[in-house]
Amino acid sequence: MSKIFPKSANALPLQILIFLGVLGGVATAGITYYATPAYLRVGYQPVQPVPFDHSLHAGQLGIDCRYCHASVEKSATSSVPAAQTCMNCHSLIKAQSPLLEVVRESYRTGDPVPWVKIHNNPDYVYFNHSVHVNRGVSCVECHGKVNEMTVVRQDKPHSMSWCLDCHRDPASRIRDPKDVYNLDSQTLADQGKIADAHKFITDWKVKPPTSCSGCHR
Amino acid sequence: MRYAYYTLAFVTVLLFSVMGFRGMISTRPPIEVFPDMDHQAKYKAQAESKFFADGRADRPVPAGTVPFGRDANQSDPAFLRADDAHYAGKNADGSFVRGFPIEINEAVVRHGQGRFQIYCAPCHGALGDGNGITKSYGMVATPTYHDDRLRTMAEGEIFNTITAGKNTMFPYADKLSPDDRWAVVAYVRALQRSHHGTIDDVPPDQRGGLK
Ligand code: HEC
Ligand code: HEC
Ligand code: HEC
Ligand code: HEC
Ligand code: HEC
Ligand code: HEC
Repeated sequence: MSKIFPKSANALPLQILIFLGVLGGVATAGITYYATPAYLRVGYQPVQPVPFDHSLHAGQLGIDCRYCHASVEKSATSSVPAAQTCMNCHSLIKAQSPLLEVVRESYRTGDPVPWVKIHNNPDYVYFNHSVHVNRGVSCVECHGKVNEMTVVRQDKPHSMSWCLDCHRDPASRIRDPKDVYNLDSQTLADQGKIADAHKFITDWKVKPPTSCSGCHR
Repeated sequence: MRYAYYTLAFVTVLLFSVMGFRGMISTRPPIEVFPDMDHQAKYKAQAESKFFADGRADRPVPAGTVPFGRDANQSDPAFLRADDAHYAGKNADGSFVRGFPIEINEAVVRHGQGRFQIYCAPCHGALGDGNGITKSYGMVATPTYHDDRLRTMAEGEIFNTITAGKNTMFPYADKLSPDDRWAVVAYVRALQRSHHGTIDDVPPDQRGGLK
């Protein structure tokens, strides 16, 4: 009786097992790389109705973030400004610019400018801006260098593990409270003042929640 | 078996070339892998509403609305903002208040300094001389605080300028609460004092380095 399988087939089951292992590894790596917010969200840069430029207004002109995002240190949300805020200046500066037609229209009629929201937490997450910015967590930790962006894009994944990375170790990420709105400043740890950071955390009783009910209420 | 590995390598390369790398710029909204309860039937601040004709979930306050949850027995000075001196900067006869309806101390002036540097300095300049960054871009009408008219102006009138705006200056009442506005007025006064200060204003023991 001739042999149906050649002798080399004896190793086949093992080889198939090894291949399946490799395949599983590659698939897991692919999913971790691609199906997580670090890939899905970071770099999201929608087309806005007005080509508003943060690097000009916040960078070159040096306008404080709070001039426009006025509620950031007082409330949970960081408000996107109403058209009147733009008209404060643009009633005189570039008053005829066609790029600003949408803003002028909104100011006349009272209908909002249809800005596209970029950063979006799921509705089951409770986030609060004021607790963070009043405790030395700067905008740059969560939004990147907005003062250098011509068009705002998402710079950080805003996933649960990313939030927790900081909540477990805030000392290395906080700034002197007066540097919070200066996006070019360094954290206390980077300035070599980690001791000050720990002192700040005990003095101000900074206790970021790491239990589920802190963020999922 | 070799071919299986070749195919895997090929698929991996293909995947990378189609999907790209992390952090690449995209104008398409992010895909939600498990959109469990991401979008619930509730409104968040500044959200869009499909119900109201103007599409706004934040509703404007209807005219004549009275704040809820207080009654006449609780004395709360902020209620209805009835105190004209505090909330409009005006006396009963409609003239502007001189002096301050709130207590002025160092903390208040420091607070006013912070607010001034955010909301006023882009036009009026950090020194209040009218030479803010916007002057070189065409806001030439911004006045200095250091002329006699503004130095002798009643505090209530400056308060009113912040609340209601004046000519080409828009109101800042949406950004500054009444108490914030009084703090800013106090800081404007401090700027005016310092601009017209003389060596006699400095206590003798601190004149050392100044000549
Ligand atoms: C002159 C007004 C102005 C100033 C100053 C300003 N912003 Fe903005 N910001 C806007 C407007 C208008 C939008 C909405 C349009 C857009 O996304 O570009 C916005 C959007 C944003 C967004 C994206 C919000 C979203 O949709 O998720 C972030 C983050 C942001 N700003 C951060 C900052 C930071 C940080 C600073 C200070 C360095 C700053 N902004 C200063 C007007 C301003
Ligand atoms: C503090 C003053 C100030 C405020 C507030 C302000 N801008 Fe500007 N904006 C400027 C200046 C100054 C320029 C540059 C003009 C120039 O290049 O000559 C400018 C330029 C622009 C341009 C480019 C116009 C063109 O034709 O080149 C756009 C668009 C713009 N701003 C949008 C906005 C929007 C939207 C807001 C409100 C969120 C806003 N700005 C608020 C001062 C301001
Ligand atoms: C601890 C992280 C963190 C810090 C610090 C932070 N943000 Fe945000 N920001 C977020 C998150 C998360 C969202 C999305 C919120 C949502 O969808 O409810 C957001 C949303 C926004 C928005 C869109 C409007 C909104 O509230 O949803 C603006 C504008 C904004 N941030 C500006 C700022 C500015 C300006 C600062 C600094 C003064 C700042 N943020 C600091 C995490 C942060
Ligand atoms: C860079 C650091 C940092 C990041 C990133 C960060 N947080 Fe925090 N968070 C803090 C600190 C510090 C506090 C503590 C504030 C205190 O104790 O007063 C805090 C407090 C909180 C609180 C408690 C608020 C309260 O009312 O007590 C919530 C909720 C919260 N964070 C949610 C989030 C969420 C959701 C994210 C991710 C989208 C996030 N944080 C990302 C630093 C961070
Ligand atoms: C620091 C704030 C924070 C804490 C504490 C926290 N979460 Fe979350 N959680 C988040 C954020 C932000 C998201 C949304 C992540 C996203 O959109 O990618 C989330 C998402 C989730 C999701 C949905 C994941 C999905 O993609 O469907 C579950 C389930 C969850 N959290 C469970 C928990 C549990 C259980 C705990 C306690 C052990 C916990 N969380 C503690 C911030 C937090
Ligand atoms: C966008 C630029 C801009 C900003 C920001 C601004 N102002 Fe003005 N301000 C002006 C201009 C322009 C005038 C001249 C108005 C006119 O035509 O008489 C003015 C005039 C004034 C006057 C003189 C009014 C009079 O009776 O003649 C005062 C006082 C004043 N501003 C205070 C403030 C204070 C306080 C702030 C901060 C809360 C502020 N301004 C922010 C542009 C600005």
